[in-house]
Amino acid sequence: MGNTVIEKIIAAHSGRGAVEPGEIVWIELDIRSARDFGGANVVGHLQRRFREAPLADRGRTAFTFDCVVPANTIPYAENQHICRRFARQHGVRLFDVDAGIGSHVLVEQGMALPGTTVVGTDSHLNLLGAVGCFGQGMGDADIAFGFATGRTWFEVPETIRIDVRGELAPPATARDLTLAMVGQLGSKGALGQAVELYGPAVDRLNLAERITVCSMATEMGAIIAFIRPDEEVLRLLSRRAGRSIEPMPWADPDARYARTEVLDICGLEPMVALPGSPANVVPVREVAGTEVDSVFVGSCTNGRLHDFTQLADVLQGKRVAAGVMAKAVPATREVMSAMLEQGLVDTLHAAGVIVSNAGCGGCASGQIGMTGKGEVQVSTSNRNFRGKQGMGETYLASPLTAAASAVAGRITVPEVIT
Amino acid sequence: MTGNATVIEGRVWVLRDEQGAIIDDIDTDMIFHNAHLAVTDLAQMGQYALGNLAGHEDFPSRAQPGDLILAGRNFGAGSSRQQAVDCFVSLGCTLLLAESFGAIYKRNAINAGFPIMQAQGLTRICDHDSPLVGSGDMLRVDLSSGEVTHLSSGKQHRACPMSQVQLDIYRAGSLFAYGAQLSAPDPRTLA
Repeated sequence: MGNTVIEKIIAAHSGRGAVEPGEIVWIELDIRSARDFGGANVVGHLQRRFREAPLADRGRTAFTFDCVVPANTIPYAENQHICRRFARQHGVRLFDVDAGIGSHVLVEQGMALPGTTVVGTDSHLNLLGAVGCFGQGMGDADIAFGFATGRTWFEVPETIRIDVRGELAPPATARDLTLAMVGQLGSKGALGQAVELYGPAVDRLNLAERITVCSMATEMGAIIAFIRPDEEVLRLLSRRAGRSIEPMPWADPDARYARTEVLDICGLEPMVALPGSPANVVPVREVAGTEVDSVFVGSCTNGRLHDFTQLADVLQGKRVAAGVMAKAVPATREVMSAMLEQGLVDTLHAAGVIVSNAGCGGCASGQIGMTGKGEVQVSTSNRNFRGKQGMGETYLASPLTAAASAVAGRITVPEVIT
Repeated sequence: MTGNATVIEGRVWVLRDEQGAIIDDIDTDMIFHNAHLAVTDLAQMGQYALGNLAGHEDFPSRAQPGDLILAGRNFGAGSSRQQAVDCFVSLGCTLLLAESFGAIYKRNAINAGFPIMQAQGLTRICDHDSPLVGSGDMLRVDLSSGEVTHLSSGKQHRACPMSQVQLDIYRAGSLFAYGAQLSAPDPRTLA
């Protein structure tokens, strides 16, 4: 009997030949990380529980600040500084408030690689499935245990296979594909299960688009969603890692899946998740015309150069509608550098967009503000639970839809850019 | 956690919406809102429990030590914040029953030594065979067998018993205490 991707990665990290869904095994963690959110608690656990030997291997350990950057409350500032002091004392790498979203930084640094295991205090760390890496968000106790021992227990999940049929046609983007997927499977559609995505449209996605698609696995309750790294992704990762990254062992042809879903994207329109649930997905045209107060483009789902290029393409020579507050937050400092080099920051600034330093932006508590009651926001982030981004009404959509809506001041179906 | 009893008895809170239906998809921002993420002291966490769940904002002032909680599907969806578990520990709640849990939430509860159990079908019985379980009723739950008993009616329901790892960690008190018990150099041999 063949094995799925998650089964192979877990087997390779548990010293076993093969593992079965439902088995609970101890796995080696290649990289253990903590953010400014959760990080102070991780340090607290280590100081209380592992005073003598808090780290199994400092070279495999990192802090990544991305939630509230720079800190805008005293408690956050103090928590960040607790992490900084610990990192200095123990020689742990720290990506400070200027670096950007940890999951993205780990990819850029060549620390998240195909077939490896990476954990951190971020429920979207599983977006690393976009590079074939078993990334997993965990709570602070779990992460502290990982810092100290390099291991954790894990229940081998079942895997769902999703076959994507058809091709993406503009103005539909990878973001619309992932919204359609979450809409089809629902908020519990892959609860506690891994996902593997297949299909020609998936193969064609670039790295930024793969991250977009995989980042919303969490919103289906999934452990992770994997896309098989292609040559282009391997080449990018090799450059990051400074060595040749070889193809990882992939799922066997006779691997056993819990089920197979077909996601038909023929004729897929731009999609939007209605306020309250990332899984309540409808075509943008059904809510077109809804007046918009604010727009946010960024987050670990749509915070790459690819996304801001699309935003700038729409806003080139235009202005954000009067009364609309538009915000752009690159995922990382590196994305910001590229935006500066390519003139995107000029374009966005001229169009009236607030461009912030790199970070989680709208998803965390207020790096770039929150929404007030009654405020309608179009956001490229991945969650719109009540109260998550403030008390307003948040619609989740692609950067193209967000850009078109910012210009019109109403939720708008984006045009095809030629 | 100091207690490690495998039979737990207490008054239950059933998390229903205004229409009386058990609430699904209660996410971590409803349980412990991100405005309070900088709180690191367990004693301070209880006051925010369910503070962003419509109709249950007053939970911290009404919950008593020893209370149990019963919720719908995908409880604890969303973020990895440990506070969403710890806030119930802080209030002295002793058990969380739900149709299903978010994956990270489940791990966090297990690692904290806070007992949670998947009780598939239990909420359906609550909805359609009311008043089998209502807020304020007393339940007895056997963690190792999965047996849930509604004390006033004597009716029983079978939930998923705890897994061995979950029971081991619970009995030890926490993941840390459990890890310390693993005496062999390679803990996975004891898994």
